Amino acid sequence: MSEAPNLKYLDKLAGDDIEFRQKFIDILKEEFPDEQEEYNNNVGNMNYREASENVHKIKHKLNILGLDESHSLAVRYEFELRNGANSLAEQFQAILKNVENYLNTI
Amino acid sequence: MNCIIIDDETAARAIVAQLCSKIKDLDVIQEFDNAIEAIKFLNQQEIDLVFLDIHMPGFTGIDFVQTLKNSPKIVMTTSDTEFAIASYEYEAIVDYLVKPITPERFHKCLQKVKSSLDTAPKRDSEPNAKSGISQDLYINIDRRLIKLKYDEILLIEAKGDYINIKTETKDYTVHTTLKKIHSKLPTDLFLQIHRSFIINFTKIIDIEDNSVLIEKSVVPISRSNRPELMRRLNLL
Repeated sequence: MSEAPNLKYLDKLAGDDIEFRQKFIDILKEEFPDEQEEYNNNVGNMNYREASENVHKIKHKLNILGLDESHSLAVRYEFELRNGANSLAEQFQAILKNVENYLNTI
Repeated sequence: MNCIIIDDETAARAIVAQLCSKIKDLDVIQEFDNAIEAIKFLNQQEIDLVFLDIHMPGFTGIDFVQTLKNSPKIVMTTSDTEFAIASYEYEAIVDYLVKPITPERFHKCLQKVKSSLDTAPKRDSEPNAKSGISQDLYINIDRRLIKLKYDEILLIEAKGDYINIKTETKDYTVHTTLKKIHSKLPTDLFLQIHRSFIINFTKIIDIEDNSVLIEKSVVPISRSNRPELMRRLNLL
């Protein structure tokens, strides 16, 4: 997945509200690692139903960060997990890493 | 116009709150990360509009809509378009916003809400037993709200930090106090006759000196509560 995350959506939402912009970045930085950890635990324990709930939450953040292709994969992966399969796990893990790296730079 | 936001995701709530902050006559009164807390809040305060996430673990947005009797206007928010059709089955649902919500789409939604509020009949602000709106009580068991009709309840017993609600068919254990549930019950039906017991007055079979028989349960009457019980009896 070669997509690069961006903050275009946030910039549009925040406008000149710098305070909100920073607050929202802080929320992403705080909430994403928790969701990532919970997802990894659930997948590790083969709790696919719960993992699908984690993917559901994470996929919103992919949209927020302009990761359209990653979002499409997450939609398919969420559905797959709900049905007890995880063939897209590796690709989703790469998406998580991509987001994690990006959040460390902002 | 006032509103609340219900979403289990902090980022999603922050987005809606930010969009609301740009609307002159729209105030966000409170945010909730689960629907059950929001229902408790709506039982206490009248709200014009709810921004509601459909997909929440445990108690979903659709569960929330089905639970409310006297519902404010609702705007559903979700990442999945698949729920859109289901959401429009409910009269209270005015619009459906797909995440991430854009400012343009949010403005259109608010126009819809305003027209809907302008044409809607005024909601009843004080539901009570006499008006026939609230004849029941919702209890929270394992993150589900279970409806109990008042006339199903036989008695309620305090058990430490819990109460046991005995109905004609089943017993329910709920984490609350006797005082709290007493305040939610209609006084013409329910009476506290002991530090640990509230009874449904209409379910009394007979009364002995210091106890009341309700179905097969013998409930003690405390000395201090006895005068009120006697006053309420239609004695020959």
